[in-house]
Amino acid sequence: MLVLDIVSSILLMTGIFFGFSGAVGLFRFPDFFTRVHAASITDSIAVILIIAGLLLQTSFDLNTAKLMFILMFLMITSPTASHALAKSARHGGLLTLGESKQQQKQQKEQMQQQEAGQ
Amino acid sequence: MAVLIDLVLLSMLAITALRVIFLKDLFAVVMLFGIYSLLSALIFVNLDAVDVAFTEAAVGAGISTVLMLSTLALTGRTEKENKRSSVLPLLVVIATGAALIYGTLDMPPFGAADNPIHQHVAPRYIEESPKEVGLPNLVTSVLASYRGFDTFGETVVVFSAMVGVLSLLGAARRRENSDDAAVIVAGFKGHKVLRVVAKLIIPLIILFALYVQFHGDFGPGGGFQAGVIAAAAFILYALVFSLSHAMQVVSPKFLQLLASLGVLLYASVGIYSMLKGGHFLDYNKLAADPLVGQHFGILIIELGVGIAVFAVMLSIFYAFAHQVERSTIK
Amino acid sequence: MTAVLAAVCIAILVIMALALTRAMKAPTVYDRILGVNMFGTKTVLFIAVVGYLMGRPEFLDIAIVYALINFIGMVAVLRYFEYTAPID
Repeated sequence: MLVLDIVSSILLMTGIFFGFSGAVGLFRFPDFFTRVHAASITDSIAVILIIAGLLLQTSFDLNTAKLMFILMFLMITSPTASHALAKSARHGGLLTLGESKQQQKQQKEQMQQQEAGQ
Repeated sequence: MAVLIDLVLLSMLAITALRVIFLKDLFAVVMLFGIYSLLSALIFVNLDAVDVAFTEAAVGAGISTVLMLSTLALTGRTEKENKRSSVLPLLVVIATGAALIYGTLDMPPFGAADNPIHQHVAPRYIEESPKEVGLPNLVTSVLASYRGFDTFGETVVVFSAMVGVLSLLGAARRRENSDDAAVIVAGFKGHKVLRVVAKLIIPLIILFALYVQFHGDFGPGGGFQAGVIAAAAFILYALVFSLSHAMQVVSPKFLQLLASLGVLLYASVGIYSMLKGGHFLDYNKLAADPLVGQHFGILIIELGVGIAVFAVMLSIFYAFAHQVERSTIK
Repeated sequence: MTAVLAAVCIAILVIMALALTRAMKAPTVYDRILGVNMFGTKTVLFIAVVGYLMGRPEFLDIAIVYALINFIGMVAVLRYFEYTAPID
């Protein structure tokens, strides 16, 4: 029993670590698409680890099945949601950091050319 | 520990509410309202009010977000500039708030065991309901049996909400013209992943709704929650595969029939028990053994509530979505 | 074990607060949605952990509802963008 508790604590703590790193990434990453990456870490690996940690606390009854259901469900839906969101953002015209830098550069060059032409 | 969690949740709730007031972008307001209802449901969980949290989760975070978004699609995204001075409203609000706070000074201390609320009918319900109703979930036995009248009233209120919305927005009709349908189908074609995943998810949601419906006697859940969850499954279908597809599965006319059927099913249990010689909604008369009768009665009225709520929620969504599509096709 | 669960609970609350901050002060509208979505999934985890902390595993039912509803809300938001082009 004790071993199970220790393993479960380790799983929970690792899950929390990933959750934190994702949440920090939500603020620290430079553009939207990298931030999606950070957020989807908390939705995938952190969820797996925390629910696995809780699974070790159950005694193979209905709750185990429910936890498995939650895990399976989140595993299907959250990557889909991240994907669909990123796709919508792309269609809505959002650019990655590299692209927006390039765009700015091009605009600058055009401005300079216009000035030179004048 | 529970107090600490409560404090954190309540402060997050207050911050969210304040932010909602000062935001001008209504889309952001809708998003924050989603968080607001998630937070209030968490507070209910923390207070151990599992059934209430269930309803708040299903209605507040799910259906109302969808409905508010469709309203936004109809009306536009930014709040109108308010030119009038806000001094008088502020004074009124401050006066009312002060009166309310003054009123709470007379209230008994929070959570004390000898509060009037714990003295009135609660002890009787807690002591007698295992003998009289025999359900493990006390909330269901209070809601469906002791307070069967109130629940009937609530179901009628939900039904009349549907009547109100439909008479304001106009009932959605199934579209006969196939050209229009083609325009609508184009909506989510780009999201292939979403379509596949939705196909996987929808049966699971309906299965879970049935579990909530029939497990309400033993755990949290019941007709209200199950109806909302089942409606959410169909709303997901309509969102991903277009409204006209969803209307081919469940037509708006059929939903109106279902809504009335649900309310009538509830009422008919009452009438039947009167015919059997009892009072209105007296489940004891439904079978030879009063406990079995209670069980039957609760099962049937929960089913009635579930059907009515499902039909009402879905047809309100249809009415909104129909308006949205009509306004964008033009 | 209770201490670990309590610590996990508080940690998830902190993560939720971070997601909430992101949803409130977002550079683009998509960041807002991202924050709300993350808040939703963390809520699921929070309810599950609190259920075990308080010894009330029937809380898991609510966690399931959240997992279901969160996804539907997300799809509704994306659908809304199909009708109205997002600005800013």
